[in-house]
Formats: sequence, C-alpha cells, structure tokens
Amino acid sequence: MFDPFAAALHVMTSGDPEFIRIVLLSLQVTLSALLIAAVIGLPLGALIGIARFPGRSAVIIVLNTFMGLPPVVAGLLIYLMLSRSGPLGPLGLLFTPTAMIIVQTLLILPIVASLTRQVVEDLWADYEEQLRSLGSSRLRAVPTLLWDGRYSLVTALLAGFGRASAEVGAVMIVGGNIAGYTRVMTTAIALETGKGDLALALALGIILMGMTLMLNAGAFGIARLAQRVGG
Amino acid sequence: MKMFNPKAILAGAFALGILAAPALAQDRFITVASTTSTEQSGLFGHLLPIFRDKTGIDVRVIAQGTGQALKTGENGDADVVFVHDKASEEKFVASGAGVRRFPVMYNDFVIVGPKSDPAGVKGSKDVAASLKKIAGAKAPFASRGDDSGTHKAELRLWKLAGLDPASGGDWYKSTGSGMGPTLNTASSMNAYALTDRATWLSFKNRGDLEISVEGDDRLFNQYGVILVNPDKHAHVKKADGQAFIDWLVSPEGQKAIAEFKIGGEQLFFPSANAS
Repeated sequence: MFDPFAAALHVMTSGDPEFIRIVLLSLQVTLSALLIAAVIGLPLGALIGIARFPGRSAVIIVLNTFMGLPPVVAGLLIYLMLSRSGPLGPLGLLFTPTAMIIVQTLLILPIVASLTRQVVEDLWADYEEQLRSLGSSRLRAVPTLLWDGRYSLVTALLAGFGRASAEVGAVMIVGGNIAGYTRVMTTAIALETGKGDLALALALGIILMGMTLMLNAGAFGIARLAQRVGG
Repeated sequence: MKMFNPKAILAGAFALGILAAPALAQDRFITVASTTSTEQSGLFGHLLPIFRDKTGIDVRVIAQGTGQALKTGENGDADVVFVHDKASEEKFVASGAGVRRFPVMYNDFVIVGPKSDPAGVKGSKDVAASLKKIAGAKAPFASRGDDSGTHKAELRLWKLAGLDPASGGDWYKSTGSGMGPTLNTASSMNAYALTDRATWLSFKNRGDLEISVEGDDRLFNQYGVILVNPDKHAHVKKADGQAFIDWLVSPEGQKAIAEFKIGGEQLFFPSANAS
C-alpha cells in the first residue's frame, strides 16, 4: 500500500507534462537565483574578505545573521514590496516565477557572500605577501583569490543551492503555488501533504532529493576532474 | 595562478539571461484568489480547461483561506475572489473592495470524528447538540484557527451551541493551518473536526476518521464569486474577470460544476439562481 519508492518511480516514468513542468520550473528558479547570487555574492564576499574599512566587523556580523533569515520572513518582505499595494506593485511581479527568483536570491546571497568572505580572507592571510611582492593591489587580487579558492567556493554555491531548492515558505507566499505556472517541487509536496496523499508527497520528496544528489555528484565529479587535469 | 577567464564570464552572463527569462506565459490570463477546498478537491482542475477552451483565458488560481483570499483581492493582487463566507463577502463588497457578489454553488460542512466516537455523536443531525457533547466529553477537536471560511463557520456553530471553545482547555486544538493539514492533525490524534464535504471526499489520509455529523441545515456552505473593484485597482482585468464570473453562473458553467464528481459523488451544487 504505502510504498513511496514505487510511487516515485511511477511519477517519474509517467511522463506527466505537469510533473515535468514542475521539475523544470524548480530547476529554473533555483539555478537562476543561484547564478544571480553568485554573480553578486562572490565578488562582494571577496571584497569584504580582503578590504579593511571602518565598520567591517559589523558588516560581517550582519551578513552572517542574514544566513539565518527565516524564509517565511523573506517571503513576507518580498510580498509586501511586490504587492499591487506595495512600492513595486506596478511591475505586476507578484505570483510569478520572477518573484520566486527574487526571494530565493535574497535567501542565498548572504550564504554565498558570507562563505566567500571566509574563504578569501583565509587565502589572503596566506598569500598576502606573495601577491604584494608581485605588485598586486587588494582589488586586483580579488579574481586571483576567487580562482584559487574555487573548490571551496563550489561548496559555498552548493550550500546556496541546497537552501533554495529545499525552501517552501517563501516561494509559497510570493509564487502562490499556481498550478501550471508557479508550482514547484516543494510547494507541490506541501499541497499533496495537505490533501493527505502522503505517499505521493514523499515520492516527490524522494525525487527532489535525487535531483539534489545528482547536482552534488556532478559538482564533485567536475571538481575532481579539474583537480586531476590541473595537477 | 590564473585570472578569471573572460569567456567563462561571458558564458555565465549568457546563461543568466536564459535562466532569468520568465517562464513562457499565456498572453491572456486572470488571477483568482480562492479557497483550499475548491483547489484541493480538484474542482478547478475540472472547470478551468473547459473555460480556457471556450474563451482562451487562462485562470491562475491561488488557494488560500477565505480571509486571506479577500485580503489578496483587497490589495489588488487578484482580479477575482472565489470564496465561501457570505458575511465577509458582503463586507468586501460594501467596503468597495469588490464590485458585486454572485452566488455560484454550495456544498455542506460535516463533522468528522474517530470511529470509537468518544463524544457519542455519531449519526446525529443536530450540529449544536453534537458540539455540546464534544465539549462536554472534552473529546479532542481540531480547529482551523486560520480565519478561513470554514473556521468562521465553525466559530458561528460554537456560538449557536452557546459555547466558547477557546476558553475550554486542552481538548480544543487550534492548528492555524489549511483544511488538509488540519485533517492530518485530526487523523493522527483521533480528533473531531469540521470540514467541507469536498475536501473530506478527496482527502486520503483518513486513518480512523469517518463522518459523524451531517445533514443539519446549519451546515450549509455557500460559495460566492466577486470581481475586484477596478475603480480601486486600475490594473484589474475587468472584462476577462467578469467573463469568468458570467461563465460560472451561466447554465453551461453551472452544469460543469454539477458534473464534477469524486467516486460517483457530486461535490458542489449549482446555486447561481439562489440568493
């Protein structure tokens, strides 16, 4: 009766277009948010890592605190911004995939920036003298240090991906879980749980974990390969 | 040490453009704030494709509790609200947030409870007397507690019974969640709960629960549909939103509602001509 693995297999092999759309939208939203968070968070984290300025400690503490931003609070903030009655209401972005990307970016940017800051700060401590002797300024050292710390930074990005793909509260609030438009894996799981279809809910959970597993295995494999090729 | 590869950065920017592009959207759509009972029972899955085939209008449904759905409409984040609490709906129209309320359909509430029936209410048709017995036996009762239409109906019924369960004690559990999660709670702790019949019929994790009380006129559950006032929110899709409402109350829409069944049982009864 209650066999979520059989149910998972059944869902995956059914070729149901709605299921495929849910999987693709989940990936699209989370990977988009991750990409934006990486483009902003990697350089930002690196800069904070090597720059010395007044109030730096406060910035680091705030950034670390935002790693613990509750998704439902992030969802509420973005909801209030994007609602027709809010400041960005005229854009009409509430209950769209774009709103979901925005809220997930808000959630994972602090993780990417914070972990990058730590990695780059440690590298800078190790290589500062060497880089300075080559005539490199702090600013010019940023890309070098990011490249040098790339394997650690992949872990930072995977942590960001993990938080975004596992998150349900924020995307539920700003996406609305609209069938055929903003429904993703986590909101579908919440819906099926609500309908009491626990086997299907768990099956979707197994599939989501499988997707995350594949992504992590892929990242691990690529890193290994690169290490071997790069010596 | 190598510097960042410009090509990689370019490729990244390109990928960003692709990924950040919004999902392929239908040209013509309206947003409807509705309730969990209409969405989770599968009614919209049945109705919306028929409406789309006829008009080309895609309907995006956000399933919320009635209180939250009306708030969504009031904020202008939906074009139409489709809910079930007549008193709040009339207030919504009177305040100018909505244009006019159209009755669409009804079903009924039932009280579900454990087969062991610790309060001895099984088979009763008197909802007020049954609630008194449940409270008297201090039998566990799971309440929505979320300002939804069902929660408001439950509070009215307690009032009819002359009781204030919130001051009653441990046996009264306010779950603060949707109908499904509340039924999951009731099922796991063998509690009584008030639910609309549609959600109950489509609910799968029943455990030991069964229908205990049904058939009282006071368990009537009326659904209404209202266009959000375009005078308050200029972006409201007046024509397409009203087209959806007109279709729902038309003979064709009413027939489609009546035809929706689960396990041979009709879930909603057309009532566009009632008041």
